[in-house]
Amino acid sequence: MAPRIGVVLFPGTNCEHDAVLALDRMGADAELVWHGASSLGHFDALVLPGGFAHGDYLRPGAIARFSPVMEAVAAYAAAGGPVVGICNGFQVLTEAGLLPGALQKNRGLRFVCTTVSVRVERDDSVLTQGVPVGTELSIPINHFEGNYTCDAATLAQLHDEERVVLRYVDNPNGSIDDIAGVCNAGRNVVGLMPHPERASDPLLGSEDGTVLLSALLRSAGAAAPAA
Amino acid sequence: MADPRQFAVQVEVLLRDGIADPQGATIERALPALGLGGVTGVRAGKSFRFHLAASDDADALVQATVVADRLLANPVIEESVVTVRAADASA
Repeated sequence: MAPRIGVVLFPGTNCEHDAVLALDRMGADAELVWHGASSLGHFDALVLPGGFAHGDYLRPGAIARFSPVMEAVAAYAAAGGPVVGICNGFQVLTEAGLLPGALQKNRGLRFVCTTVSVRVERDDSVLTQGVPVGTELSIPINHFEGNYTCDAATLAQLHDEERVVLRYVDNPNGSIDDIAGVCNAGRNVVGLMPHPERASDPLLGSEDGTVLLSALLRSAGAAAPAA
Repeated sequence: MADPRQFAVQVEVLLRDGIADPQGATIERALPALGLGGVTGVRAGKSFRFHLAASDDADALVQATVVADRLLANPVIEESVVTVRAADASA
């Protein structure tokens, strides 16, 4: 049976249809979930897509963190369910405390909208399982606040626990340690700034994003979250 | 317990020392155009004002600090300064 993937929609999210389309084309059964939802247990994976949840007022993700659905997302993640935050979704996950660190304004106050190379650093997260370490993927980024930062102790912990999932080959935004994506200790929650759904067809200039989305589908197929 | 009183709260949020502040730096670089070359150490932040009901000064400060720490500032990159003062009913 096709893995059921919930794509969480906050007011101001704008990449949800791209995510649903890309996942569906790869064989998933993806559906939108409004941010007022409280029950997510029937999904095999969750995606928090990009956009401007709650207008990005205050800080990206700062208000979204209080959306009703986030309690269910936290419970889902705690039960081991695969959760992936893309771009604004990554910002929401850090604000919600499901991932460490924060995403601050890009170096030089530069909005970046381009395609970058990212290197897969771990093959054991829900978004990269089975993908050979060192694989370089060409995937678009499109953000103002993608400059990943954390304190020295957190960075050391990320290194010790091998939780840096993706790195930029050529750092576009000032992120500490070239970090493009990280995971939680359970490796079932991953956040990344690049948009794999926008690299899901040759017509889009790259289909490298399908490498990550395929891994998520495999994770979804293997997961049986109880939340 | 005393009836709740109104307090006026001001929260100032700034990036922590050591966190790059490109906005402040950009503002600083623009100032020579005003003929002011001696301005240094510009930091850009946010300021919030609100009222809250609390039993006394200490309670007001505790509540306001929760608002500052849990919503207005992201402690990973920002720090906040909370100021509380009693406000009369017309405030």
